[in-house]
Amino acid sequence: MATGTNNIRLRKYPVGAGMILIWITGAIGLSIAVYRWIVGLRITNMSDNRPWGIWISFDMMSGIGLAAGAFSVAAIVYIFNIKKLYPIVRPTILTGFISYILAALTLLADLGLPQNIWHLIIYWNIHSPLFEIGWCVMAYTTVLLLEFSPIVFEALGWKAPLKLIRSITIPLVIFGIALSTLHQSTLGTMLTALPYRIHPFWYSPLMPVYFFLTAIAAGLAMTVFESYHSARTYQQKFEIGIASKITSWIPYVLGLYIVIKVVDVIVSGTYIRLVQDPWPTFMFLIEIMGGALIPAIMFSDKRIRSSLSGMVWASFLVMGGLILNRFNSTLVFMNGDFYFPSAAEIAVSIGLTCLGIIMFDAAIRFLPMYPNPREKQEQKNLENSK
Amino acid sequence: MDVNRRDFLKIAGAGLGTLVLPSLNVHAAAIPGTLENAHAMLYDSTLCVGCRACQVACKNRSGLPYVMDENQMYEMPTDLDGDTWTLIKLYQDTETYSYVKKQCMHCLQPACASVCPVSALEKTPEGPVVYHSYKCIGCRYCMTACPFDIPKYEWEEKNPIIQKCDFCADLQAAGQQPACSAACPTGALISGTRTEMLEIAHQRLADHPDQYFNHVYGEHEVGGTSMLYLSNVSYEKLGYPTLKDQPIPEITWPYMKAVPFVFFGMAGAMSAIYYWTHRNEEEKEG
Repeated sequence: MATGTNNIRLRKYPVGAGMILIWITGAIGLSIAVYRWIVGLRITNMSDNRPWGIWISFDMMSGIGLAAGAFSVAAIVYIFNIKKLYPIVRPTILTGFISYILAALTLLADLGLPQNIWHLIIYWNIHSPLFEIGWCVMAYTTVLLLEFSPIVFEALGWKAPLKLIRSITIPLVIFGIALSTLHQSTLGTMLTALPYRIHPFWYSPLMPVYFFLTAIAAGLAMTVFESYHSARTYQQKFEIGIASKITSWIPYVLGLYIVIKVVDVIVSGTYIRLVQDPWPTFMFLIEIMGGALIPAIMFSDKRIRSSLSGMVWASFLVMGGLILNRFNSTLVFMNGDFYFPSAAEIAVSIGLTCLGIIMFDAAIRFLPMYPNPREKQEQKNLENSK
Repeated sequence: MDVNRRDFLKIAGAGLGTLVLPSLNVHAAAIPGTLENAHAMLYDSTLCVGCRACQVACKNRSGLPYVMDENQMYEMPTDLDGDTWTLIKLYQDTETYSYVKKQCMHCLQPACASVCPVSALEKTPEGPVVYHSYKCIGCRYCMTACPFDIPKYEWEEKNPIIQKCDFCADLQAAGQQPACSAACPTGALISGTRTEMLEIAHQRLADHPDQYFNHVYGEHEVGGTSMLYLSNVSYEKLGYPTLKDQPIPEITWPYMKAVPFVFFGMAGAMSAIYYWTHRNEEEKEG
């Protein structure tokens, strides 16, 4: 195909003031991350009795949770065979891929000895949840790269690798789902090792289940949130039908989460704390009501699922619920010294998030993420020529 | 096309199976036995006079820097940190007082060694929980997982490592006592096998029940520790948490043991759903 390389070119989507701000913030964040590698962790507010800060709570715990949309949407489209959602697969896989790259980057900022990260490959400890997370994240990032690669091969018109990837799509998707199930839940297992640190509203033997379920819900919500923002930024039509279809799954997932959580709180006797500890109770209720119950009810209402603002707000609540949950369980209600992140920590967290948006933006500008009519025809030709 | 997919699934499944399954046998070797004859220490707070000879001996043995003020005058550290592996503290209220020695408890089943993703922390069969800094990646999971808040970090260093008491593993291997117990002038800190230490502790409790708070701290806490305590006040007042008998590695191990089953279970379930949702298409194509 002669027009192949032509598909990789700069597309002239408008650059708004917001995007310029994101470029600046991203550059600042990345420079501070580099500065951290030069001077060490002294620029953070972490201490001996508070060894994990916002880089763990926000970038790792929340970031990986919100990236669960990639495997959830892949499962819905390829495994449950709901083809209607196909147009959203690519941006979602891209979002997931970028999120995992960001998680790896933050990990490199957070680790005391980032140059040793490859030790995960040679020094094993199968007892450690973190060992398993490390392996799953490495493997799953590779899976996401492979799942994303067809778009590059298509743009280049390379038929052989494209055909190879297409022939293993389903095994790859299943492999990705299994890996995601493992590491999303193991983020919860990681915290089960801290029974004397985490407040009983959050500590539970069922944490792996909660982390898995909330990640699916928030991942799907993130997908809607992301498609809304890309539709606005890149002047595409927001496919309300697709978003409505995705979000119709959320009430089931969140409903299951709420039911298990409530039964857990009653059976374990933790409910007594609802009258004992006012501050944790307040946060717990906000999290369960605002981050799970209310959006679950909103998404089960068809009127809200057919309204753009209703869906975006409800998605926002689900994502906020996950972030609040991860902060509550790994920072706010985890015993330790008083901690408030330093300016450097906040700048790296926000800056790397902006870096993710920049990468997403670059992919949309340089690759045929949203096929124009001519490209759609080419894609069809390519598929026919298989 | 579909035949290819199915074949690939089988091949991929078999390949992954051989990758994961052999690692299942590692469990037996990873957690050592009861360690009753391994090294242990007994600290009796009623015999301690707070001279801090143990603290000084520890700094000398490990080569850790002393705390100095801006005029280069010696100061006492106020808590364990990257330069202080052990410390004597004093608890005092209107009725009573008690010294207490803070240091690594050398758990029989240590949480730190279990959660470390690169096996940088290791429970040796001789008793000490030792740290291999060359493996460490600096994730600080050991610091959060330790129920006694023992591992400390070199926050000011460019290439920081974990700092904690190593139970003088080298001295013990050479048949000597740990530096701190060797330095103790009153016999408040003694060392020997865990069985011996427990015998002595229970003998003292039986001989002078009125002098002691009736509990040997470390006998059963989180599965037992190599560092054992006797005291005249409750351990909570001395800053020692009330812990259950269940070792922390036993909480996480069932989840980790389930990993291959979750993996293949999920992959199997997804494959089954895939064939079920695509059954009509296969008929058409076939």
